Amino acid sequence: MFLIPFIVVSAIIFAIGVYGALTRRNAIAILMSLELMLNAANINLVAFNKFLNLENNLGIIFPLFVITIAAAEAAIGLALILSMYRQFKSVYIEKINLMKW
Amino acid sequence: MLKLAWLIPVFPLLAFAVNIFFGKRLKGLSAYLGITAIAASFLISLGIFFSLLHGHAATEVNLNWLSLGGYNFGMGVLVDGLTAVMLIVVTLVSLLVQIYSIGYMRGDPRYPRYYAFLGLFTFSMLFLVVANNFAQIYISWELVGVSSYLLIGFWYEKKSASDAGKKAFITNKIGDFGFSIGIMMIFAYCGTLNFNEVSVCIRNGAMAGPVLTTAAILVFCGAIGKSAQFPLHVWLPDAMEGPTPVSALIHAATMVAAGVYLIARTYFLYDASPTAAAVVVYVGVFTAFFAATMALVANDIKRVLAFSTVSQLGFMVMALGAGGFTAGMFHLTTHAFFKALLFLGAGSVIHGAATQDIREMGGLSGKMKITMVTFFIACLAISGIPPFAGFYSKDEIMVAVFNYSKPVFFIAIFTAFMTAFYMFRLFFMTFTGEMRTKLHPHESPLVMTVPLMILAVLSITAGWLFMQHHAFASLVHYREVLGEEGNRAVMFTSVFAAFFGIALSSVIYYFKLFPSLKERFPSIHKLLINKYYVDEFYDAAFIRPILKFSNTVFKFDVKVIDGAVNNTGIINIILSKLQNIFDKAAVDGAVNGAGNLTRKGGEFLKRIQTGFVQNYLLVIVSGLVIAVIVVMVF
Repeated sequence: MFLIPFIVVSAIIFAIGVYGALTRRNAIAILMSLELMLNAANINLVAFNKFLNLENNLGIIFPLFVITIAAAEAAIGLALILSMYRQFKSVYIEKINLMKW
Repeated sequence: MLKLAWLIPVFPLLAFAVNIFFGKRLKGLSAYLGITAIAASFLISLGIFFSLLHGHAATEVNLNWLSLGGYNFGMGVLVDGLTAVMLIVVTLVSLLVQIYSIGYMRGDPRYPRYYAFLGLFTFSMLFLVVANNFAQIYISWELVGVSSYLLIGFWYEKKSASDAGKKAFITNKIGDFGFSIGIMMIFAYCGTLNFNEVSVCIRNGAMAGPVLTTAAILVFCGAIGKSAQFPLHVWLPDAMEGPTPVSALIHAATMVAAGVYLIARTYFLYDASPTAAAVVVYVGVFTAFFAATMALVANDIKRVLAFSTVSQLGFMVMALGAGGFTAGMFHLTTHAFFKALLFLGAGSVIHGAATQDIREMGGLSGKMKITMVTFFIACLAISGIPPFAGFYSKDEIMVAVFNYSKPVFFIAIFTAFMTAFYMFRLFFMTFTGEMRTKLHPHESPLVMTVPLMILAVLSITAGWLFMQHHAFASLVHYREVLGEEGNRAVMFTSVFAAFFGIALSSVIYYFKLFPSLKERFPSIHKLLINKYYVDEFYDAAFIRPILKFSNTVFKFDVKVIDGAVNNTGIINIILSKLQNIFDKAAVDGAVNGAGNLTRKGGEFLKRIQTGFVQNYLLVIVSGLVIAVIVVMVF
C-alpha cells in the first residue's frame, strides 16, 4: 500500500523533467530537467527495493551507479554548454541550429 | 653464298621503306641510300652467279605461308642458273640506272620519292625473280605493275604522263586476268603452285591435252601484257612519258623482260604442249615484225626505242616458243645491257638537247662525244653485228627459229634487217648532219656518262664472255641441251641482213641519196605513224562502248538507285522525327519525372530536420508514449 505515493511522486517528477526538457530554451535548464528524470527513476528503484524486500539490495546499489553517471553527465554537459557559449555567445538552443537543413 | 639469296630483295625494300618515310629529311642522301642497297644486292648476286658457275647445285628454300583447306602455299627462294642470270641483269642495270639518275633527276622536287619508287620496283622485280611458286610470282608481278604505274606517272602534273600510267596499268591488268585464271587452272589440276611440283605433276600427266594448252596460253597472257606483245603492246610506247632512266630500267631491261622470264620459268608448260608453244612463237614473231615496222617511222627518240623494245621482246618470246630456251634468255641478258645503254644514251641526248624529237636534233656528234660513241656501240649491238653482244644472242635465236619453221625464220631475218635500218636511222638523224636545234647542246656530267661507258663495255663483251666454254648455256638450259649447233648459213644470212639494213639506212639518212619512206610511200607511212590505228581501234571497239555502257549504268545509278536510297533516307528522317517526339515526351518524361519526384520529396521531408534537439526529443517521447499505450491496450 505504501508504494503508491512513491510512484506518484516519481511520476510527477519525471513528467516535470520531460516537460522541462521539451520546453526550456536554456541549455542549463534542459540539463537540470534531465537530472530530474534520472532522480525520478532513482526514487522508483529504491521504493521497489523496499517493496520487494530484495536480499541483495540491488535496488539501492543501482541508483548509486545512476548518481555517478549523472554526475559525469552533468560535468560533460556543463563543459559542452560552456564551449557552446564561447562559440555562439549564447546558451539558448534556438540560436544553435547548425544541423538544420 | 646461295643461302644469302633471300637478302637480295630485302636491301632495296629497306631502301624503299626508309626513303618513302624519311625521304624529305634525307634529300640528296636518298640516292646514295638506294645505290648502296642495290650495290649490296648486286654483290650477293655476283657471288651467287659465280658459285653456280663453279658447279654449285641449285637450291630452293620454301617457307610455309598459308595453309588453306589442306593445301599449303609457300613463299620461297629458288636459286638456279636462270635466277642467277636474271639477278645479275636486274641488279646491275638497276645499279647503273640509279647512279645515272643522280645526274638526270638532279633538282627534281620529288627526288627522294623517285628513289623510293625505284627501290620498290627493284624489290618487286627481285622478289619475282627468286619466286619458287605461282602465287609469289603473281604477287610480285602485280607489285612491279604498281611500281611501273607510279614511275610512268611520276611527273603526274603532265596529263599525258598520268594517262600513260593508267593505260599501262589497265592494259597489264587484262593480261594478268588471263594469267590468274591460268594459275587457278593449274592449281585445280595439280593442287600445288610450287614450280617444281607443278612440273612433276605435268610430267606425270595429271594435266594434259587441251586443259594444259589452255592453261599455258592463259599464263602466256600474263607475259603478253607485261612484255608488251601484240595485242597488248599499246601501253609500252606511251609509257615513255616516265623519266628516261625509268624507261631504261623498267621498260627496256627488266620489267618487260619479266614476261619472257615467266615463260622460261614455266617452260614445263610449253614443253608439254606444242600447241601453246606454237601460239607463243606466232605471237612473238608477229610482234617482232609489227613493232619493227612502226619503229621505222617514229620521230620521238624514246618511242623508236620503245617500238624496238617491243620488237626485241618479240624475238625473245619467239625463241622461247621455238625451243630456244637458252637463246631467248641469252638475248634477254644482252638486250638488257644494250637497250639500257640506248635509253640512257637517249636520256643523255634529251638532257643535253632538251627535245625528244629526232627531227629537231642532228649534228650532236661533235657536242656529245661519249654519248655518241656509246650509242653507236649499242646500235651495232642491237643490229647484230659481230662481235658485239647482240650478234651472239640473235644468232642463237635465228638458229632456234630456223630449226623450228622456215617461214618464221624469214620473217625474223626481215625484222632483223628492219632493226638495223631503224636503229641507224635514229643514229644518223640524231648525231649526224647539220644541227637543227637552236639550243646549245652539251655533254652530260660524268655521273651520267660513266654508266654509259660501263654498259657500252658490256654491250661489246657480254656476248663473247658468255659464249666462253658455253658458260651461259651451262647455267641456263632446259633439260641437258648444251648450246645449239651453230649454223653458218643462218649466221651469214642474219649478218648480211644487218649490214644491208645499215647500208640502206646510211644511203637514205646519211648520204641522202634516196628519198625517205615518207616521201616514197606516203600512205604506208601514214599507216605506220598512226601505229596501224590499233589505239584508235581499241578506242572505238572497247573504250568508247565501255564508257557508253558506264554512262548508262551511271544514269541508272543516279535515277533509280540514288532515288531509292534518297527516298529511304527521307522516310527514315520522318520516322526519326516521330521517335524524337516520343523520346522527349515519354522516355525523357519518365526520367525527369523520377528525378523531380525525388527532389520534391526531399524538399518536403527536409522540413522535419529542424535542427532543434527538443523537436527530436518530442518525437521520441511521443513515440514512447504511443508505444506504451499500444502495449497496454493490446
